[in-house]
Formats: sequence, C-alpha cells, structure tokens
Amino acid sequence: MKSTLKKYRVALVLLLINIIVLFISPSIGKESFKIVGKSLIDLLSVVPPIFILLGLLDVWVKKETMVKFMGEGSGIKGILISFLLGSAAAGPLYASFPVAQVFIGKGSKLSNVLIFIGAWSTTKIPLLLFEASALGTKFTIIRFLLNIPVILIIAFTIEKLMTKEDLDDLYKISEIE
Amino acid sequence: MFTKILYILAGILLIISFSKSKSNTKKALRKAWKSFEAILPQLFTILFIIGLTLSWLDPKLISRILGSESGILGTLIAGLIGALTLIPAFIAFPLAAVLKANGAGTMQLVAFISTLTMVGIVTIPLETKTLGLKVTLIRNSMAFVLSFVVAIIMGVLV
Repeated sequence: MKSTLKKYRVALVLLLINIIVLFISPSIGKESFKIVGKSLIDLLSVVPPIFILLGLLDVWVKKETMVKFMGEGSGIKGILISFLLGSAAAGPLYASFPVAQVFIGKGSKLSNVLIFIGAWSTTKIPLLLFEASALGTKFTIIRFLLNIPVILIIAFTIEKLMTKEDLDDLYKISEIE
Repeated sequence: MFTKILYILAGILLIISFSKSKSNTKKALRKAWKSFEAILPQLFTILFIIGLTLSWLDPKLISRILGSESGILGTLIAGLIGALTLIPAFIAFPLAAVLKANGAGTMQLVAFISTLTMVGIVTIPLETKTLGLKVTLIRNSMAFVLSFVVAIIMGVLV
C-alpha cells in the first residue's frame, strides 16, 4: 500500500494541482480533466492488444528465433522486420518501451530495437493516416521518406557509440524484468 | 480501423495460444498485465501533464508565434514545444491543421510534429528504465537535432 502510494506520488501531486486549478479557474480545470479523461480512454482503447502481443511474444517466441530474425547477423532482414513491426504498431511512443525491453531481453540487436522505436515514433500507420487527413498526402509522403534515413542514422549512431560494458548493462536491465 | 486489426490479431493469437497451452497463455497474460502495470504510474503522470498543458493552449496564439514569417526562431520554438509537450495524435494532427489554417509555416509545423513524435522529455524517466540513460539521452538529442534538419528540408521542398 505504502509503496503503491509512493509509485503514484507524482501523479497524485498533479491530480492535486489540477483540483486546485479547478477552484482558481473552473473553465481551465474542467478542460484539463476532460483532456485527461479523453486521453485515458483513447490510450486504453489502443494499448490492450499491444500488451497482449507483448505477453504472447515473451512466452512463445524462443530466444533463438528472435536472435535469428532480429539479432546480430540478421542484416537487412532484421532491419526490415524491425521497421515493419514498429510501423504496424499503435499507441504513443512510450508504449513501445516495454516492447523494446522484451526484444532486447530476447537477444535482438540494439540497432534493430532502435529502428523499431524509430518506426513506432514516426512511420506508424495510424499516425500516417491521421497526418495525411490533416496535412495532406504530399506532406505526409515527403516527411515519411525523409524520416527513414533519420531513423537509420539514429539507430546506427547509437549502436556505434555503445561500448561493450554499456551493452552488457543494457542486456542486464532487460533480463531482470 | 487499424486498432481493430490489432485487436483481431491479438484475439486470434490468444485463442491459438490457449488451445496449445493453457498455462503458457496465463503466463503471457500475466506478463502483459505486469508490463502495463509497470508503466501505469508514469502513465497517469503523463496524462495529467497533457491535460494541464493543453487546457490553456490557444491555437490562435500559437499560430501567431509559429507563423511562416517567424523564421528560424519560430521553428526553434515549435521544436521545443513539440519536445516538451505530449500531445496524443488525435489532438495533435487536428491541431496542426488548425495551426496551418491560422498561418503557421511548413518548417515550423514539421519541427513541431517531428519533435512531438520522436522526442519525449517528459517520458525520459520511463525510457531510461528500459533502454538505459545513455541510449535515452543520445536518442532524444539526435532526434531533436534531426527534426530541424527534416523541417528545413521540408520548408524548402513543400
């Protein structure tokens, strides 16, 4: 109970601030609660299948299989799979982090995990659909094409900058979970 | 529509998993719940930050700051707003369309959308927990810088 309270203390402080705002400026406070509610519903409608797939992946996909498809030496195939998996996702970027953790734990190459995260952040299909309807197809396609090299540059640069110890630490974080 | 496909996929795989092994399926669902529960405290924090920041956001004022004549400074501000705030896609893109209609420039809009989707200052603690501090910091700073590169290129092309 005490630890639960501790975990949620930042959220509780923010809830309190929001309640105070509600008293100082009812219209802004109400609007804020409305946005919180709407975002929560939006999130809860998208996130369950992602986490179910994460669970199934964790239980059913063997480490060797993951290494074969996304691990060291998976080459172009690994890059493509990571890119497609990230693009096929839904939900905010931070929902990708637990999935990334399972990938790392199963022996996926770091650059592939980063390509997955990169794709999740910018070339996600639901996002592209939103973008095309709001800002036009041409805008969306050009941005999509420019973002592919951006994703790859980030992934490969980080992989290059990681030392052996850094990587060991990273794989350790993912194993404990 | 797209979310439905994910639900159907998860549902089918869950049924297959269940027919193959009850205990493994239970384990998978427990893992799913545990992973979700682990991010739940941050999730609520994030939701309140979204609510508190967006509730006083005025599209007219923002589009004035991010107008096409606002140049590099406007682009920089747009990128900073995108990096610092968390705006769900269902609000962000309609907002971007409103900003555009109110006179925001392409370069400014792209900087905003790019940092919004790729950089997450508020979610750094969550990201650090899974990817470690080093990866998180490099990823966010590179994404921030490259967002401007994309914005400048698009400002010229579109």
